[in-house]
Amino acid sequence: MITKTPSKLEKVLAAGHLGVTSECGPPRGSDPEEIIKKANLIKNHVDAVNITDNQTSVTRMCSLAACIRLKMEGVDAVLQMVTRDRNRIALQSDILGAASFDIYNILCLSGDHQSFGDCKAGQNVHDLDSMQLIQTIKQMRDEGKFLGGDDIKRPPQMFIGAAANPFADPFEIRVPRLAKKIAAGVEFIQTQCIYNLDKFEKWMELVRDRGLHEQVYILAGVTPFKSAGMARYMKNRVPGMDVPDEVVKRIAGVPKEKQAEEGINICIESIQRLKEVEGVKGFHVMAIEWEEKVPEIVERAGLYPRPVVE
Amino acid sequence: MIVADKKPIEEIVQEIEDVKSLLIAGCNECVTVCEAGGKKEVGILASALRMYYLNKGKDVKVDEVTLERQCDHEYLEEIRDMVERYDAIVSIACGVGIQFVAEQYPKMRVYPGVDTCFMGATEKRGLWVERCQGCGQCVLAKTGTVCPITRCAKRIMNGPCGGSTKGMCEISQEIECAWQLIIDRLAALGRLDEYEKLFPIKDWSTDRAGGPRKVVREDLQQ
Ligand code: SF4
Ligand code: SF4
Repeated sequence: MITKTPSKLEKVLAAGHLGVTSECGPPRGSDPEEIIKKANLIKNHVDAVNITDNQTSVTRMCSLAACIRLKMEGVDAVLQMVTRDRNRIALQSDILGAASFDIYNILCLSGDHQSFGDCKAGQNVHDLDSMQLIQTIKQMRDEGKFLGGDDIKRPPQMFIGAAANPFADPFEIRVPRLAKKIAAGVEFIQTQCIYNLDKFEKWMELVRDRGLHEQVYILAGVTPFKSAGMARYMKNRVPGMDVPDEVVKRIAGVPKEKQAEEGINICIESIQRLKEVEGVKGFHVMAIEWEEKVPEIVERAGLYPRPVVE
Repeated sequence: MIVADKKPIEEIVQEIEDVKSLLIAGCNECVTVCEAGGKKEVGILASALRMYYLNKGKDVKVDEVTLERQCDHEYLEEIRDMVERYDAIVSIACGVGIQFVAEQYPKMRVYPGVDTCFMGATEKRGLWVERCQGCGQCVLAKTGTVCPITRCAKRIMNGPCGGSTKGMCEISQEIECAWQLIIDRLAALGRLDEYEKLFPIKDWSTDRAGGPRKVVREDLQQ
C-alpha cells in the first residue's frame, strides 16, 4: 500500500512490517516529567505511542499537550481524540493544533461516558461520533477543507485510526461496523485487549471474508495482567471486555509473587499466536501503568528491533 | 407527554417562607397522567403545606386550583380574578406551564413545584421512560424507529460504541443499549443492510444548539 502521510507508523505498516504501538496516560497534574519518562522507557521498542484523551472520563493533562511533549522527545505520538468533550469547532481546531506540531497519527473515539469519571455531573458533547470524526479528518486532510467548506491553509497530514472491539455486543454487527469505519476513511485499527483468542480469530475470519483486512491495518490489542485481581477486575468491571475463565484461572493458579510474570507470559503467548492470524498487521501493547514492561514484551515476542523506515 | 416528578416539599418552602397566601396550581394534561401535577397531586401538596405551616405555627392560606392546561393563554386567563388574592403561586405543571403562568401574570411570584424531566411515555404505572428529545429533525426513519439521540447515552448516530454489553448500555445494567435495539429492529424488519449506511454529520441547529426554537405556521395564524 502507498502512504498518505509522513507517519512512521504508516510507513512501517506499508513496508509490510508488523507495527508496534503502545499507550501512555497523561498525568493528573501539570508535571510533564512523568510522561517524558514513560515515553523514553518505550520509545525504542515501538513505532508510535498513543496518548489517551481523559480516559475513563477522569480529568488529566490534555492529550495534545502530552503528544507535543513526546514529539519534543523524538517519539511519534498517536493523538487520541474523543468526541465526548469537544464540538466540531474544538475538534477541528485541535486537529490543526496537533498538525502544527507535525503530529501525524490520530485515533478517533467516542470516549467512555462521563459517569465513569471524576465529573459525573458534567455535560457531554457528542456533536460528532467517532465515525464522523474519521470523516472529518479525512476531509480536512484529503480535500483540504473544513467541515464548513472553507479551505485549510496547510491541511493536517494524519494517519487516521480508530478502535474496534471484536468482543462488544452485538457480535453480528462487529464486522459491519468495521466496514463502516473503513468506508468513513479509517486506515488503521487498534483493537480492544484480546484475551479471548478464539473469538478474536472468529472475528478476523469474518473480517477476511469481506476482504476488510486488505483495506485497513489491524493492530491487535494486548494488555498484560499484573495480577489475578486485575484479571478479575477486567473480566467483571470493564464494559466490553472479554476475559475467559481459563485465563483468570491460569493467572490465579500461580503464587501471588509469580502472577506478574505469568501475566507477561500470557501476553507474549497471545502475541505469538496472533502473529499467525492472517490480517493482523501489528500489535498495540497497552501495559497499563506498567510501561517499563513494554520493552520486555516486545523483545520476547520477537518484535525487536523495530524496523527503520525512510 | 411531558414527564415531571414531584419536588421535595423542603425545596418548595425554602422559596416562599415569607408568603401569607399561596395558590397551588395543577394542570389536567401530561402531569396528571404522570401523577406529578394533576388535581390529586395539587390536593396532596396543599395538605402537606398546610401541615407544614401548622407545625411551624404560621398562618398561611393555601388554596387549590387545577387548570385544563397551563400552556395555554386562554385557560390561564380563567383564573385572573382568583390570582390576585394570593402572594404567590406554586405551579405543578411542567416547566412550560409554570413559565406561561408567570408570563400571563407578570407581577405575580410563581414557583415550580415539580422537576420537569423529559418527553416520554408510561411504561407501566410508576415507570415513565424517555423517548424523544425534540431534536427538530427526526431521524427515526433511518434508525429502525428507535431514537439514538434520546436513547443512546452518547447520542451516537453510527453506533453502537464499544461499551454495549449483552444488550445493555455501558452506563448501566438497567438501561438498554439504543443501538442494540436499532439493530434488533432492523433485523426483524429484514433491513439490516441499512445498518451499513453511514449516518452523515447531523445538523444540530434544529436542536437545543440553535437557541430557543419556534414553529411558525403562517397558514394558521391568519
Ligand atoms: S430523532 Fe429527534 S425528533 Fe425524532 S425521536 Fe429522536 S429526538 Fe425526537
Ligand atoms: S452502550 Fe449503546 S446506548 Fe450506551 S452509549 Fe454505547 S451505543 Fe449508546
